[in-house]
Amino acid sequence: MRFERRDHPSRALTLLAPVGAILVALLVAGGLIALAGANPLRAYGLILKGAFGSRLGISETLTRATPLILTGLAAAVAFRARLWNIGGEGQLYMGALAVAGFGMIPALGAMPAPLAILLCLAVGAVAGMVLLLVPLGLRLKFGVDEVVTTLLLNFVAVLFVSLMIEGAMKDPLAFGWPQSVPVPDSAVLPQLMARTRLHLGLLIAVAAAVFTWWLQSRTVFGMRARAAGLNPRAAAFAGVPLGRTLIAVACLSGGMAGLAGAIEVMGVKGYVTTDLSPSYGYSGIIIAMLANLNPIGVIGAALFSAVMFVGADSMSRALSIPSYIADVTVALSLLTMLVAIFLTQYRIRR
Amino acid sequence: MSPPASPTAPRVLDLDGITKRFGPVTANEDVSLHLDRGEIVSLLGENGAGKTTLMSILFGQYTADAGTVRVEGQELPPGKPRAAIRAGVGMVHQHFALAPNLTVLENVMTGTEPLWKLRSDRAGGRARLMALSEKFGLKVDPDARVSDLSVGECQRVEVLKALYNDARILILDEPTAVLTAQEAEGLFSTLREMAQKGLSLIFISHKLHEVMSASDRVVVLRRGRVVAERRTSQTSKEELASLMVGREVKRPARPPSTPGRVLLEAADVHVGGRGGASLKGVSFRLHAGETLGIIGVSGNGQTTLAGLVSGLHAPDSGSLLIDGQTPARHDVPHAIAAGIGRIPEDRNAEGSIGDMTTWENAVLERIWSPEFSRRGMVKRAAARAATEAIIRDYDVRGATVEGRIRLLSGGNMQKLILGRVLNAGPDILVAAQPSRGLDEGAIAGVHERLLEARGRGAGVLLISEDLEEVIGLSDRIRAIVNGRLSPAIPVEKADAQTLGLMMAGDWSAAAALEAEASHAL
Repeated sequence: MRFERRDHPSRALTLLAPVGAILVALLVAGGLIALAGANPLRAYGLILKGAFGSRLGISETLTRATPLILTGLAAAVAFRARLWNIGGEGQLYMGALAVAGFGMIPALGAMPAPLAILLCLAVGAVAGMVLLLVPLGLRLKFGVDEVVTTLLLNFVAVLFVSLMIEGAMKDPLAFGWPQSVPVPDSAVLPQLMARTRLHLGLLIAVAAAVFTWWLQSRTVFGMRARAAGLNPRAAAFAGVPLGRTLIAVACLSGGMAGLAGAIEVMGVKGYVTTDLSPSYGYSGIIIAMLANLNPIGVIGAALFSAVMFVGADSMSRALSIPSYIADVTVALSLLTMLVAIFLTQYRIRR
Repeated sequence: MSPPASPTAPRVLDLDGITKRFGPVTANEDVSLHLDRGEIVSLLGENGAGKTTLMSILFGQYTADAGTVRVEGQELPPGKPRAAIRAGVGMVHQHFALAPNLTVLENVMTGTEPLWKLRSDRAGGRARLMALSEKFGLKVDPDARVSDLSVGECQRVEVLKALYNDARILILDEPTAVLTAQEAEGLFSTLREMAQKGLSLIFISHKLHEVMSASDRVVVLRRGRVVAERRTSQTSKEELASLMVGREVKRPARPPSTPGRVLLEAADVHVGGRGGASLKGVSFRLHAGETLGIIGVSGNGQTTLAGLVSGLHAPDSGSLLIDGQTPARHDVPHAIAAGIGRIPEDRNAEGSIGDMTTWENAVLERIWSPEFSRRGMVKRAAARAATEAIIRDYDVRGATVEGRIRLLSGGNMQKLILGRVLNAGPDILVAAQPSRGLDEGAIAGVHERLLEARGRGAGVLLISEDLEEVIGLSDRIRAIVNGRLSPAIPVEKADAQTLGLMMAGDWSAAAALEAEASHAL
């Protein structure tokens, strides 16, 4: 058996790859559900019902998708330029922590809400950028592999958050719980649906995806970033400033992840805890891969992931199947997607 | 044509009618070659003559389209390096295949023992290695880490590795390319000794003096065919040079042109070796309407010189004036803005991005210009139109504006690159190995374009290892040797011998010719 590179991977095949990958992942996970003693079709039906069957379900799914879109973009933007940012999780936490810290400035509470919100979003994004610029600097200067540094900085970031919310930023009114002082009301994102948690962040995330798509496909920067990722030597020959381009890519990527953290604080929680993110940063990597690094595709992939997580919660209550099946399914979809990407580019020959 | 082999030595290797094509390019055509025990045969040819391809077929790395390989009478199955090794063929590659973090002994023993064996017989391996080292006079420390060894020592390890695998036929692919002169001398005497002890060797080279001093017999390859076979004792460097380059040098019509003003002037430029050989004080002038050819053995600084003019490297010292001015910065956008068109040495690694579209590849290097972008936004319609013009004017076959460029053949890729460069109307053209790896038709096309550019008054800096090409296109020729440029000789005075001496670093004749030419003006 040999693999042969396809000359022209067809567009249809490229678009179908994620769908096929998700179907295969659902099939395999279905086997696990059956093994746990439930009917897989019924389980998936309940997942869909849980995610879309009610006003609350829909709002929860969209709320859940919001940070996933942003962390998915963070990974997609970076991977396009072959910058392996595995540190979305840490950047998210730094964004969240920065917003909480910024929120402690008394003047913020007195500001008009739009201004306060814009400032807080900017602060969160910058904090995420900074955390990614450190490993990028190490790579550009000393050739340190950013996979390792960004990954390990995740743990550093979470521990730093822990340090701050147990100490300097601890909320004195939280009955001793380790959580930060809440952000002032002026910085809280407005709700999109009454009596749900769905907030303005969703629109920000979707706008960010559209903006990223525009940046990548229509601007000089986007073209250079892709060139730098696909063939750095040829890009350098064509005059692409590799270092500067990567720095800009890192700002965009880290900024998106930082924004995700800021939005979670400003839209959902109001304050920072160390369980702010159920691995949104890592899920972003899966989402980016499922989307084939396409910014618009990220929205769809994030929705898939959100449906699985939200739906699995209600499914598990009805069928007593552990809701971890959502994690398993999403993780499986990454594996099947990697195979699918390979098969769009190669064909099997005997 | 083939000289008689000594009657007593048995035949150990027979290549018969080997043909290999890569797409439209024929790398080997009906090549036959034999080797007797204890014989050293040189395979001589220019870059791209098909030497390495032929040896890769012998070693089972490529499958031939036609022809057979027989070792000691047994036919080797095609495409199976393991079978070749088992039959006693050993190969020492130009680029070493050693693990730098392992010791000499570990490197030599790697792959010789089955993986599932729990214990490695180090004592036995060591004894065997030492015995081989003793027998062939290849001194090594078996416990030294390969990363601590010099290049010459690494090569010894490579040879020992092949011998350890019971090689009876040893192929050395340009073994001296990385060696100093003394190391090379040492290698030649070792080769002699190995041949006397019954090994048979194939020595690949494009350096005439090495071939003369190292081998018993010389097989000359040109354009994938065997053009001659000579006993070393019955030939001369001069004969081999003319055989290698081709008896009659075909000169395309190079219309006369009077050189105009100085477009490019380098004065004592030093560039430190950034991944390539460094430039150590390079001075030259390029005039409008002339082609200056730079010849030389690869690795003498050609890549760095091309990079300097292309804007990839800034001079560490010395000056580079473009049209009499020092550019504000020595980088690619300034070089292009100053009117330098660049044809890169490596079309695929440097000249194109395979997974981007044709139009993106066509405009990327000038994306900053107002022609193709405005306030950071790509002018897609303009870029597409420009690309369509290139595809049409330069007859780039198989390319569509929106298609990925990866699948273009070498010749069409080069047409696209020529198109994107020449349509910008450069005053200076730097062409590095512009016809490397192309077939005859494509080469003719490239040459025509280069002559056209010169004809409309551009200065062309042609850096090439193909002597025929340089002689055919250039007005003046310099050789690059170890980061320095020889005096420039007019092409009318360029014969194989003079050029050979220039490339070997003997510049007295060239200096005289240069002086004579400047008197004549």
